Amino acid sequence: MGRSPTTKDDAQALFQSLRSAYAATPTNLKIIDLYVVFAVFTAVIQVVYMAVVGSFPFNSFLSGVLSCVGTAVLAVCLRIQVNKENKEFKDLPPERAFADFVLCNLVLHLVIMNFLG
Amino acid sequence: MKVSGDDCGFWQWGTGALETLAVVATMNKDDNVTPICFLVDEEMADSFSGENDMVMFSPCKKQSGRRLRTRTLDWCRMLERSQEPVSLRRPIKFAMARKLGFIVVLLAVTSIYEAVAIFHPISESHRSAALELFSPAVGSFSSLEEAYEALITFEVLGLKKPEIKDHTCNSVVDTLSSPSSNSKDLHHAFRVNGLLKCKISTGDLTGIVSRLKDAVKDATTLLDYYHSIGGLVLIKDQNPEVDVFLGNADGILRSIKALSQSDGRWRYSSNNPESSTYAAGLALETLSGVISLSATPVDENLIGTLKKDIVKLFDSIKKYDDGAYYFDDKLIDASGHQGPLSATSAVVRGLTTFASASGSLNIPEEKILGLARFLLGIGIPGNSKDLYYQIDALSCLENNRVSVPLVLSLPATVLSLTSKDKLKVKVNTVLGSAGPPLSVKLMQVFSSGSKDASVLKQELNYDPKEGIHTMDALPEGVDVGEYIFAFEIVLSDPEHKKIYATGGRTKVPIHVTGVVTVDNAKIALLEGDVLESEIKLDLPGKNDAAVSANHLQKLHLSFLLKTPLGKPFKPHQALLKLRHETGVEHIFVVGNSGKRFEMTLDFLGLVDKFYYLSGQYNIELSVGDAVMENSFLQALGYIELDLPKAPEKSTHPPPQPADPYLRYGPKAEINHIFRVPEKRPPQQLSFTFLGLVFVPFLAFLIGLLRLGVNLKNFPTSAVPATFAILFHGGIAAVLLLYVFFWWKLDLFTTLKALGVLGIFLMFSQPLLLRRLRHCHHHPFHFRSIIILELISYRIYKLRRVYISVYELWGSWIADFPGIIFVDLGLYCKRVYSKITQ
Repeated sequence: MGRSPTTKDDAQALFQSLRSAYAATPTNLKIIDLYVVFAVFTAVIQVVYMAVVGSFPFNSFLSGVLSCVGTAVLAVCLRIQVNKENKEFKDLPPERAFADFVLCNLVLHLVIMNFLG
Repeated sequence: MKVSGDDCGFWQWGTGALETLAVVATMNKDDNVTPICFLVDEEMADSFSGENDMVMFSPCKKQSGRRLRTRTLDWCRMLERSQEPVSLRRPIKFAMARKLGFIVVLLAVTSIYEAVAIFHPISESHRSAALELFSPAVGSFSSLEEAYEALITFEVLGLKKPEIKDHTCNSVVDTLSSPSSNSKDLHHAFRVNGLLKCKISTGDLTGIVSRLKDAVKDATTLLDYYHSIGGLVLIKDQNPEVDVFLGNADGILRSIKALSQSDGRWRYSSNNPESSTYAAGLALETLSGVISLSATPVDENLIGTLKKDIVKLFDSIKKYDDGAYYFDDKLIDASGHQGPLSATSAVVRGLTTFASASGSLNIPEEKILGLARFLLGIGIPGNSKDLYYQIDALSCLENNRVSVPLVLSLPATVLSLTSKDKLKVKVNTVLGSAGPPLSVKLMQVFSSGSKDASVLKQELNYDPKEGIHTMDALPEGVDVGEYIFAFEIVLSDPEHKKIYATGGRTKVPIHVTGVVTVDNAKIALLEGDVLESEIKLDLPGKNDAAVSANHLQKLHLSFLLKTPLGKPFKPHQALLKLRHETGVEHIFVVGNSGKRFEMTLDFLGLVDKFYYLSGQYNIELSVGDAVMENSFLQALGYIELDLPKAPEKSTHPPPQPADPYLRYGPKAEINHIFRVPEKRPPQQLSFTFLGLVFVPFLAFLIGLLRLGVNLKNFPTSAVPATFAILFHGGIAAVLLLYVFFWWKLDLFTTLKALGVLGIFLMFSQPLLLRRLRHCHHHPFHFRSIIILELISYRIYKLRRVYISVYELWGSWIADFPGIIFVDLGLYCKRVYSKITQ
């Protein structure tokens, strides 16, 4: 019986430590995280729509979901490159990373637009 | 029936305009043929390729709006009436560059029996054809040659000459009196004069004779000799008082002989190496003319050599299966009148005149008869020239001194046992006149299909009034069926054997028809092997059998066929037809086991074939044969079938056209079947989700606000701000372009625009901005250099990409722009390294 509050507290403590740790994250990374969450949620809504209505027109559905997932993945890549603590990309200027992100997004969305029908 | 390529072909027949007559052989399994005559129009005739063509005709029916020529119709009717089996032979190739007035397609026919054929002597149909073919335009013929051909044909056929004497005689006299006319014109003029007996003064003739004699002296070609000698011979015949004799006949003979070839053929001139059979005929005629014009007896050795040449010429004779012989001529001259008919005709003419001038010739009578058969076998040629060749050659054969062919023909080769037809045989000369006293013997009767022959040697009774040899009763044992009768002509006077050619035995196909009786006809219904019920049938007659059966039962039909002599008879066709109410038909061949015809329909095995269609089926039986006078197609009654229900996968019966001609009617309209549209969700739901999609975006914006995002870092000074705006504007422009791409643009336009925007974006990107930010304290010109440096750095990078692509894919893009690109890249690298030092 006495365990439950302890577990609850532990969990709360865990979340709080996570939040405080995350609060230390630079703002530009937070923006990227927010963007990823936005993209993933948009994809989830489309998947739910497909589950409710059906997969027709399938190519449009795929375009929509892949657009979101693809841009989320690219955003994650951007985050890896922009993160200062990532020693691997220390020499890479963030402008360059952003330019790559933009270029990849443009290419991805050219394909998506072509596939959208 | 065996029809090979050689036997088939286009047959030209008769004259006329648009009608076309086709004789199509009906075939039966015993390879005998019966012609059926049809009228077809030219379009249909054109569609014949000659072989394996099946065309539907309406027999001897007048085509709408077209007048049928009498002769054609006569011929057509004659064929239909007589039902005679004839052997149609390979035609002469008339069609070459000839005026094709009238085409008859004869789908050819061969008989398996050698030399089994009937050749009818010249008859009325030839006379009507001559009248039609040689119809002079406006009172005269276009040339004397044509006039001669018409006149001689009319004379031989015993027709009244057309009223052209005055006009033609005028042109004869003109030709003879004109000093410019050559030996050819003179020759034709004398030919016409011989027939019309125009008034020519003897004084003119002397001059003409000397002109012709000069022409003989100066002659170099065969045709020069032919016309000049021919003219002289005609003058001698028409005016015996004029002296036309030649002094140096031997010399002329030798110079003509010099044109001959070793194979018995002749050349037209010494310059021309081509030899021709037609020329051989002309040469023989010319030589016989020289012999008759010779003042002194001609060298016997020379005549002996010429006779040997004729024998050699006969070595090259060709033969058809039916015993017809002919000469073929490969050489085609400009006039186009060189073919088997003209060559054969010329040789026959030359041969007979030579025989009359030089005495007997040793030609086998079989070949003489064969030539006559060839000429008669042509039938009625399609144009006047061919008719002339045919009739002229036949008249030469009729009156020759070698041997006169006698033609055995039968007025009817279909004999009915029911009406007790008598076997009648006629023996005529080729032109149809009566032969010498003779008797005809029926030597052998061959039954078709078997080689056995009964030897008879039975003589036929002669009826002098009608000139017909008759056999009152058919030989014993001759039942319905197809036979070959072998006749022999026996001349009463043994001396006649030297004059007439009878050709030994003549084999003639005979069809004997009769009434076939049907016995023991019955329909039985069996269950297993147990007889359920049996209905006797009266055939041929009216029957109304009614049977009902299910799929476990069997229907059994049996009958016996007997000929008038009581023998079992096997018809060509014995078919049973079951016809369902819906029009679906099933046809079964009734097989025979020995004498008995029977068949069993086991419905259990047939349910699938019957498409599981229960109900009433009408039963029809057809028994037919060419020699069966009472061939029948009769309804036997009906059978009520109770078949199991169709399983799902069974085939459906084919749709039955209400009218077979509907096949040619307009087809049903083809409707495009559109795909059924997919089911769409309700609009409200879709709009709800559209709204939901924007919720994360709103959350994203709110999140940004809560994070305290601002645009403070956005450059404020002029140049960087411009670059930043350009960069973001560029991205926005690309996205807008994508929207347009989705909306209306095609991929190519989009890519072109994207290329331009891409280059713009590349040079307005943040890396550039950062550089500028680092050197904002530098003077303006230095900043410009830095911008240049960055641009050259980009080009340098691109060059690297280009080189790696070049290494990967080889030389296909390593061309002029590529080289410039690489060089520019190298230059830029140099600039870049200079700046960064």
